[in-house]
Amino acid sequence: METYTLLRTFADSWHLLFMALFFLGVIFWAFRPGSRKVHEETASMIFRNDDKPAADDAPESPSGNREPKEAR
Amino acid sequence: MWDYVKLIVLAAVAVTAAVVASYARDLAHLVHMIIIMLTASGLFLWQIRRVGEPPVVHNQAEYLDGVVRYGVIATAFWGVVGFLVGVVIAFQLAWPALNLEGAMGFANFGRLRPLHTSAVIFAFGGNALIASAFYVVQRTSAARLWGGNLAWFVFWGYQLFIVLAATGYVLGSTQSQEYAEPEWLADLWLTIVWVALLAVYMGTLIKRREPHIYVANWFYLSFIVTVAMLHVVNNVQIPVSIFGSASIPVWSGVQSAMVQWWYGHNAVGFFLTAGFLGMMYYFIPKQAERPVYSYKLSIIHFWALIFLYIWAGPHHLHYTALPDWAQTLGMTFSIMLWMPSWGGMINGLMTLSGAWDKLRTDPVIRMMVVAVGFYGMATFEGPMMSIRAVNSLSHYTDWTIGHVHSGALGWNGMITFGMLYYLVPRLWKRERLYSLSLVSWHFWLATIGIVLYAASMWVTGIMEGLMWRQVDAQGFLVNSFADTVAAKFPMYVVRGLGGTMFLLGAVIMCYNLWKTVTSVGEKKPAAAAVPAE
Repeated sequence: METYTLLRTFADSWHLLFMALFFLGVIFWAFRPGSRKVHEETASMIFRNDDKPAADDAPESPSGNREPKEAR
Repeated sequence: MWDYVKLIVLAAVAVTAAVVASYARDLAHLVHMIIIMLTASGLFLWQIRRVGEPPVVHNQAEYLDGVVRYGVIATAFWGVVGFLVGVVIAFQLAWPALNLEGAMGFANFGRLRPLHTSAVIFAFGGNALIASAFYVVQRTSAARLWGGNLAWFVFWGYQLFIVLAATGYVLGSTQSQEYAEPEWLADLWLTIVWVALLAVYMGTLIKRREPHIYVANWFYLSFIVTVAMLHVVNNVQIPVSIFGSASIPVWSGVQSAMVQWWYGHNAVGFFLTAGFLGMMYYFIPKQAERPVYSYKLSIIHFWALIFLYIWAGPHHLHYTALPDWAQTLGMTFSIMLWMPSWGGMINGLMTLSGAWDKLRTDPVIRMMVVAVGFYGMATFEGPMMSIRAVNSLSHYTDWTIGHVHSGALGWNGMITFGMLYYLVPRLWKRERLYSLSLVSWHFWLATIGIVLYAASMWVTGIMEGLMWRQVDAQGFLVNSFADTVAAKFPMYVVRGLGGTMFLLGAVIMCYNLWKTVTSVGEKKPAAAAVPAE
């Protein structure tokens, strides 16, 4: 089989299947049980460490909010 | 030891550039060699005065913000330059006499047009992306940029690329591929800079102190990785000689066209969309002071966007020699792209739910929201124009230019302005912006400018498309090309006015940011630290 036809057939079948399954997997992963807590924590991560990097002994915990909150 | 290696390399580069300059076969190559020679010898002098000094200390307990500050200045500077060239070529189209006789071959429309597109996309947009990526990756990783001074190399190396590209366009060195005009030398240099950018970005992500990689970083990373891939594949060509700027492309015919538009559309998809979405996912929540509306939606948005965008390129080649199946594929994926695009838009807009009152009081958030609004409009218009039947009317007309500008001015421009207004007081530790009413002025000038631009291009584009296909009872074409040009004149003037308003807004922004840095009081640390939460 010539290269073009070979690649074309592969793209039409197995690779298409792979991409569709991968994408469904991503959706399932996003909605997996227990993801809500992780996502809430990740979404609010941007509100800390505004002025300087986390210290060396930083506990990598959801309550790692040690920086004094900026008064605004 | 390392100092001496640098000195030897810089000296070798300067001497080589001088030798090549003396044998240069064309003006552009000569100028490029002189630029490289001056840069290398300047760096040599700078370096030789520092031999033996202790190396710069990189305090890991601080962010590397100097390079972000420079990036912000470069963004504002190149923005104004790019908009100015855009206004000039808009009026050159309205009044061809502005292609001045004495400046032919340097400042006529054909030479200035790639200068405008590259200045706004790669100089303004690229600096905005690199600066904001460096800012965001540090904050969301809670770590200083990786690689010490490598981030500075990225910044200055990118500026050198811009200067090489810009001088090349004006002097006529081009490989004639839209948005990929720079010749082999600038291409090779950009590849080196881009690899360094990827290393800095990945290095910082790897040493992060946060458990998760925030979604903005996913978008920025896809932008960096994909642009590297696109740039390398679309610029596979063989230089004719190291003494000249010309090169021979390896791809030819329809393959060349397909690779070019695979590159071209993904430059839109990953440079102007994914990268700027990274900006949206960080700066809108920060400015609104509330987390993104749905983090789940942002994950699906990301994967859907990168899965679909990469296939959309063939819609630039409808009714060409490209096989029909490839055209249909490009069209189908473009239409499917509507979904992730609007998912992202909804996610950005809904982040404001419960805080819509900020639109009234905060012109910066207003700017960001209008940016997301234009993103939604442009990503509705784009899929529609990619439908083959619609494309038969819109292609080669000014409708395309209007579409590009509602995306570029509305989405990329406005979100970048919002980002600059957010960053400058924080980077220079100022209490606030100099003037919010000037931000409002900028907002309204830019918005009305975009509306004038897009509306006039819709009118002229559709008119032009209809005139081209108009046939009389005998089946003869009714209009000559020159008839359409004459009919477009009023719309061209309106477009030029819209562009002028947009430029004026950007100049007001520069003044406002300058005054913010120079005459607003320094931000004092909060007197008493309040415990969190």
